[in-house]
Amino acid sequence: MISRIYVSSIGEDSRANVAANSWNALGLNGKVTKAKFIDSYLINADLSDTQIEKSANQLINSRLENFSINNLPDLSGFSYIVEIGYAPGVTDNVAHTVMEEIADALARPFTDKEAVYTSKVFLIAGAITEEDVNKIALSLHNPLIERSLIIKTSKLPKGNANLSLYVPEVILPKKDAFITVPLSTLSDDALMKIGKEGILDPDGTRRGPLALDLTSMKVIQKFFSSLKRDPTDIELESLAQTWSEHCKHTIFANQIDDIKAGLYKTYIKGATNTIRKAKGKKDFCISVFSDNAGGIIFDDKYMVTHKVETHNSPSALDPFGGAITGIVGVNRDTIGFGMGAKPVANLYGYCFGYPEDERALFKDKNLKNKMLSPKRIMDGVIKGINAGGNCSGIPTISGFMRFDDRYRGKPLVFAGTVGLIPRKINGKLSHDKEAKPGDYIVVVGGKVGLDGVHGATFSSVVLDSASPATAVQIGDPITQKKLSDAIVKEARDLNLYNSITDNGAGGISCSVAEMAKECGGAIVDIEKVPLKYPGLSPWQIWISESQERMTLSVPKDKWNEFKKLMDKRGVLAVAIGEFTNSNKCVVKLNGKVIMDMPMEFLHNGLPMRELHTKFIEEKFAEPKLPKSNSRTKELINLLGSANIGSNRFVSEQYDHEVQAGSVLKPLSGRGNINTDAQVIRPVLSSQKGVVLSSALYPSYSDISTYDMSACAIDAAVRSAVSAGATLSELAILDNTCWCSSYDEHRLAQLVDAMRACYDTAVAYGTPYISGKDSMFNDFKGYDEKGNSVAISIPPTLLISSISVMKDFKKSVSPEFKVAGDAIYVLGGTHDELGASEYFKMIGKEGNAIGNNVPKVNTKVNMATYKALESAIDKGIIASAISVTSGGLATALAKASFGGMLGLNVDVKDIAGIATNIDAKLFSESQGRIVVTVANSNIKAFEKVMKNVALSKIGKVSKDKNFIIKNGKEKVVDTKVDTLAKAYNSFSEKNK
Amino acid sequence: MKNNKVKVIIMSGYGLNCEEETKFAFESAGGKADIVHINDLIENPKILEAYNILAFPGGFSFGDDTGSGKAFANKFKNYLQMELDSFISRDTLTIGICNGFQIITNLGLVPGALAHNASAMYIDRWVDMEVVGSSPWLKGIKKISLPIAHGEGRYIIDEKEYKKMMKNKQIAFKYTKGEMCEFQNLKANPNGAMHDVAGVLSESGKVLGMMPHPERAMFFHHRPDFQLKKEIAKRKKQKLGDEGIGMLLFKNAINYFKK
Repeated sequence: MISRIYVSSIGEDSRANVAANSWNALGLNGKVTKAKFIDSYLINADLSDTQIEKSANQLINSRLENFSINNLPDLSGFSYIVEIGYAPGVTDNVAHTVMEEIADALARPFTDKEAVYTSKVFLIAGAITEEDVNKIALSLHNPLIERSLIIKTSKLPKGNANLSLYVPEVILPKKDAFITVPLSTLSDDALMKIGKEGILDPDGTRRGPLALDLTSMKVIQKFFSSLKRDPTDIELESLAQTWSEHCKHTIFANQIDDIKAGLYKTYIKGATNTIRKAKGKKDFCISVFSDNAGGIIFDDKYMVTHKVETHNSPSALDPFGGAITGIVGVNRDTIGFGMGAKPVANLYGYCFGYPEDERALFKDKNLKNKMLSPKRIMDGVIKGINAGGNCSGIPTISGFMRFDDRYRGKPLVFAGTVGLIPRKINGKLSHDKEAKPGDYIVVVGGKVGLDGVHGATFSSVVLDSASPATAVQIGDPITQKKLSDAIVKEARDLNLYNSITDNGAGGISCSVAEMAKECGGAIVDIEKVPLKYPGLSPWQIWISESQERMTLSVPKDKWNEFKKLMDKRGVLAVAIGEFTNSNKCVVKLNGKVIMDMPMEFLHNGLPMRELHTKFIEEKFAEPKLPKSNSRTKELINLLGSANIGSNRFVSEQYDHEVQAGSVLKPLSGRGNINTDAQVIRPVLSSQKGVVLSSALYPSYSDISTYDMSACAIDAAVRSAVSAGATLSELAILDNTCWCSSYDEHRLAQLVDAMRACYDTAVAYGTPYISGKDSMFNDFKGYDEKGNSVAISIPPTLLISSISVMKDFKKSVSPEFKVAGDAIYVLGGTHDELGASEYFKMIGKEGNAIGNNVPKVNTKVNMATYKALESAIDKGIIASAISVTSGGLATALAKASFGGMLGLNVDVKDIAGIATNIDAKLFSESQGRIVVTVANSNIKAFEKVMKNVALSKIGKVSKDKNFIIKNGKEKVVDTKVDTLAKAYNSFSEKNK
Repeated sequence: MKNNKVKVIIMSGYGLNCEEETKFAFESAGGKADIVHINDLIENPKILEAYNILAFPGGFSFGDDTGSGKAFANKFKNYLQMELDSFISRDTLTIGICNGFQIITNLGLVPGALAHNASAMYIDRWVDMEVVGSSPWLKGIKKISLPIAHGEGRYIIDEKEYKKMMKNKQIAFKYTKGEMCEFQNLKANPNGAMHDVAGVLSESGKVLGMMPHPERAMFFHHRPDFQLKKEIAKRKKQKLGDEGIGMLLFKNAINYFKK
């Protein structure tokens, strides 16, 4: 029997009021007068009327809601109904909960054929047209994953109206379990077509990109001809996953020009090796690059881990799903580190097109396949991280937003997680893990559907009309939370498994093949993998990226205990095969071998290729500087700009205090300014703190990617040290997001960036412990007029830092504290306005961003940072703010309204070579920090700073006047409140 | 009881997530706290008899699906109603914090219900409250500032019931303007709760439900103005204590059984 239960609020529903306002903001000009939300639960189960009624009672809180069965609540006064439900096969998290509640209440489990489907029903009142309703419906759903239904209420019968009882089941056509791909007979063109568009199905359609180029396809062809057979589809798909750019990072691994060992080994791992060697006994790294995250020493007992991921392509198509999958995915990297670390902090980073940009982009020439707008992407991504982080009980500590026109084709979504794990568990080092031959291959967590098929290969290509819809997944943080708690808080310490890893890109095809390296082989019975719905082909099951799954190797004699524990925690656990030492990765379907692949070819068969670079230099115009002497207006405009303005509305909707470890929070001071570094205390009984920071300067890439990278490292290190980090125990992570990565100029830029990564990290002694690249952030499509458009992101390197400080109470916040304190600038200010936020603002016409991009002098800066560290340790600094985007004036302004105190300073004689007032105020020269010092500490402070370029520029004032002078002339003269208002305007506008 | 530690059971499972820090707070206050998964309690409900204090910590049980706290409360009702009734009828204390408060309203342990915030947004900030009610949990506390982090915290109650609760000292806390609102220029009532109600009590005063998180204010450094206070104290050559104001509730609960 199929029934619908409708649940609606009795009293005022705040969500409906807020929604009505947002619909009117779609250009409906107040036509919507009222809205009502109804939750619909479609129940397809063999239940009696009494059982349905009992079920309905589980779904309401009688003080807040009432229900009706197969009968919509009173529709009078409403003109339209919009129903939004999931498309068939899309994860419906709420439905899972409802099924569990009903099964509990009726003491009767759901059968395989029975299910619940949820949808949201919106009643809309007002004199609106069909066109208006369409607009509303479009704002409410993403057609890629959701379906909508619009009904005019006048068309429904009076009284007893019910919505359709359509069951959105997935019904897959019957097809052969697997096919053989006749590679041996194919021409180069046909091979290329398979590589680009996928294997040809018997029905004439292609299965989606394998992202294998001709060279790779020919190597595969040759390999199978040596075996005297053709590959099966699952073998080919498996190779495509394992060899994908996403998994093998070929651009970083291959020889490039005369750099034989490739960029990663030479510059990233190379830097880490050099630094660790130099540190000798003081090396604080424990596990670098070999696991799902990097791990450093926290104290004698614990290690902290860090990992930052990107989830760009999925977020472009489904921002909410992409972002939530990004954050819960990187949480799994933490749970999958060593024997399993506990996530203790989440981080986010967003690069978007400007939210006010309404120019449409289309994936196809017929203009049917519209890309989501930057605003829509921003809102969805923010919500996705909200749901993922908040629901998981992991504090979202740090984050940033950057805007550039060139992110409108493809946004960048970074998600990071810090973990905590004892260094030894049951007497064994926790980061050592090894699957043993004979162990069961156990998959825990969610079931498998078509979601995320070809995710790994998709993220390795340009976003265009061939991008598969199934590449999108929706995360379920609660399924994962149950899994995480059961593993990290219980099974791990009971010693119930030998190894564990995350199922991310490539699904079990990658996780099983990776773990099989530890013992030498694996054999999988593919039919044992639990499915969301019947009809999936083995190759789909093998590579699906359905979420919330981890793979473990469980010794046979521990299996019963492990399984029992998982059952009790409501976590699905299934043994799908065995690890072996056969040197082969074998997949069977009901006993028949359908994949039989030597481990050696699977992992090392990918042909190397040589990459070459060719740099094309570009010069930019210098902008016209303002004529008047005042820069007050310019400062106010900068503070209100997207890249400098407050992200308060984001920080406030992310729980940053759960786990009770927060010390230096995302917002600080009376003025709630965003902090550049944050401090947590992951072990409540320890005085040690963990400092986190991140930095990026994508705009600098136009001028120099070397300086872009060096500045990102310098700023991440500087912000951390300003908050109290110990430089000698600071590690960094690189996230390289590039574009058109086979283009020789882009590769030249990449080499420059990596050289800077090596030089700067080695100079500061800050090892890389983990990293991630995403090399094809390009969009190819059409504008509103059907003209073809290609948009590539500016080459972007995100540097994240993690460090341990001895006493978290010594942390320093950025805002001014006490009137009368002396204000100092540490470090020199130079004519380095190239691609600064200031030049981008005043040189907007004609892209006049200048050419003098900031250079990093690591030797000078190192001395500054060490002196600052020592001053913070002595407790003689009242506030410290790192000078970053927007320059000195911006840093002074933030520190000032952060503490709601004024200032009076003179920048005439500041250290450095800054020839005009624009440079003094807005240059983004690196290595600078603004600090305030109590008068009683000045002597001690200046002594510590004796080898630092130090400028004492003025005082914090009690009144709320903000005055910057250049000699006698006031160049900025305004009020603290005015600046605060400008700073907060971006947040207020986008709330 | 005199020589033994007061025993606290803290529920976990299905997305509750503040159990570890809540345990830390109860143990810092001198109790002995066990985190128990709801399925383990269902398997062995008798263990509830050994405890003095029952805590439903914060979290996102069942992802707030179908309404916050509802599904976890349903599970409790469907399997543990009898044991719960018997626990409450003894001389015990119970607390529901944030999601725990949402759970215990759904269980009917305290009156009222919690709806979506007026802004329809999740919010993390600090609030100031005045203590209005009377309960062992609140002994000696007149005002208190704590953090909140929730999307469904707007307290709903009908007028008649509210009057009765006021009279009976069952309104535990009300949002008010205090030092945190002054410090960060915030409005008093963060979510549109009726009559500014932040927490309520059962008729006996022994069950407390509250949206703010006392365990996230168990240390002094948790306060948003910690950095300023630290700097001022340094100049006055004063030493700041470690303990935060949130500890008062946990200590009250433990001390109640030591009388």
